[in-house]
Amino acid sequence: MIECRNITKTYKNGDMETPVLKGITFTVNNGEYVAIMGPSGSGKSTLMHILGALDTPTLGQYLIDGHDASSLTQDESADFRMKKIGFVFQAFNLLPRATVLRNVALPLIYAGVPKEQREQRAKNALKAAGMDEARFKYLSNQISGGQMQRVAIARALVNNPSLLLADEPTGNLDSKTGEIVLATLEKLNEEGRTIVMITHEPDVAAHAKRIIMLRDGLIVKDEINKDRVISTT
Amino acid sequence: MRITDLLEETYSAVTVNKVRSGLTVLGIVIGIGSVIAMISVGQGAQSSIQSSIQSIGSNLLVVTPGAQRVPGAAVSAGRGSAQTLTLDDASAIDSTVTNITAISPEVSRRYQVTAKGTNTNTSVVGGEPDYATVHNVTMDLGSFITDQSVTAYSKVAVLGPTTRDDLFGAGTDPTGQTVKINKVDFKVIGVTVAKGGTGFNNQDDVIIVPITTAQRFLSGQTYVSSINIQAQDSKSMSDVQQQVTDLLLARHKISDPTLADFSVLNQADILAAASSVTNTFTFLLAAIAGISLLVGGIGIMNMMLTTVTERTREIGLRKAIGGKNRDITLQFLAEAIMLTLIGGIIGTALGWILAWGVTKFAGIATTVSLSSVLLAFGVSAAIGLIFGYYPASRAAKLSPIEALRYE
Repeated sequence: MIECRNITKTYKNGDMETPVLKGITFTVNNGEYVAIMGPSGSGKSTLMHILGALDTPTLGQYLIDGHDASSLTQDESADFRMKKIGFVFQAFNLLPRATVLRNVALPLIYAGVPKEQREQRAKNALKAAGMDEARFKYLSNQISGGQMQRVAIARALVNNPSLLLADEPTGNLDSKTGEIVLATLEKLNEEGRTIVMITHEPDVAAHAKRIIMLRDGLIVKDEINKDRVISTT
Repeated sequence: MRITDLLEETYSAVTVNKVRSGLTVLGIVIGIGSVIAMISVGQGAQSSIQSSIQSIGSNLLVVTPGAQRVPGAAVSAGRGSAQTLTLDDASAIDSTVTNITAISPEVSRRYQVTAKGTNTNTSVVGGEPDYATVHNVTMDLGSFITDQSVTAYSKVAVLGPTTRDDLFGAGTDPTGQTVKINKVDFKVIGVTVAKGGTGFNNQDDVIIVPITTAQRFLSGQTYVSSINIQAQDSKSMSDVQQQVTDLLLARHKISDPTLADFSVLNQADILAAASSVTNTFTFLLAAIAGISLLVGGIGIMNMMLTTVTERTREIGLRKAIGGKNRDITLQFLAEAIMLTLIGGIIGTALGWILAWGVTKFAGIATTVSLSSVLLAFGVSAAIGLIFGYYPASRAAKLSPIEALRYE
């Protein structure tokens, strides 16, 4: 379970204080699929950084499964990210000239998992993300954008995280490939994955079961996506 | 992060850009190679000088006459000119001083030597049978001077191989032939084995005759020009030196050691002096080569800084998926060290080849010692550490958010 309790984030630049998040409170239960939307400048990215434990809130608390991530040191938060969070980035961020399999197994290196286990888990994650087994040994810059994002999703899944955090996962893809990636995320959610997706596109957000709208650092709307929930039930 | 994983990550990072890695490594290769080659030249010079000093004999003490002093006059004729050492001094040393294995009083002077129409100017040494022990002389042909020939004032001569070559032609057997030294006929009884000495102290360009014969028929004087003493071992040398000094002071009735009319030279002192010269020489060469190693190290740092900038997003990603600062530092440090170690290995091989080439084509003795190879490895690893640390810590300090956003 993911809990945000009255999170504020204020950037200081000399004497100038710029409040970006002004008290965000929400809870994401296990198995939910949440889209966080908002125009640029709404604090979307800052919230994503806090949810990803890449940054800490100025005030308030952020918990995953009861573990507080709001005041961790750099190394502690690295450990936290390794265990709890899987990232899917807009720009994929794969290691070029490394195989698909190695890219996916990369997070497990930092977890100290032995090589055979790493490869096995990477293969399972790739299958879960819908990658064709024939491409496991391809170099990551030899595959198409859609496949790259699936590899990135597999990498996010490989350490079995509590939260799959996707930041504009379709931003660098054409709409058709984007649909495939979104379908992959949907499938994973149906298998029980908790997903939080940051996006500014309503079409993309429409795939989630719950939509949170941000504006000027505050939640202005938090509602069930009736279309999706009704259509799936 | 496991060590094997670290090495694997490092290996793939280094091999991604082979040309750049290769060129960076080249800097280290040249640096290490030239350090090894230069040190080998220095150490080669050192060992060839040492062996040429040791070819004179081992554990050697040389007693030479001091300056001649005329009573009442302040004129000194220079060290070695005094005629103060005699054969009696030598036999007194032989019978009194302990811990000596051989003693060889010698007279030596250069003479024009002729034989059957050829002639040469060479050093003629009057010696005793112990000369062979003291100077490590072994016979190639014939025999050496015997006690009998010393007591009998025999006109016999032993030739050094160079002298034999000059007088009789290379490789010939001159035993039984006659050479004329200072117009006196000597019968050749043997030729010594070449020792390969060079320069002013050529052990091969010499004629050895019985000391008594040399005194009577050549110099016409009863003085000896030096007494060479071989001590039992290197430890007893200073003790022997002290005993000889005390004995000769007593025999020459001199109470103040500073006024001694002789001096005792210790081979160890000569070796030490020569070593200190060649050490300085070696150090100088290594220092010059070290500059290129430094430049190579800066090349490593330059490449690592470029790499860190280029791979900013990768660093961000690694941090996002759980890489700690320590992991990032280690990874980049390991890359730098791997590059320098590869450079060290190739550089050592290059240095070895250069040293071999110097010996082969320039005829200068070289010695590649284990210590210089270890030094090269130590230095290259240290360069990796020192020049890799700054880029690595820069990589580790990157904020993951900034790094992921980097274009």
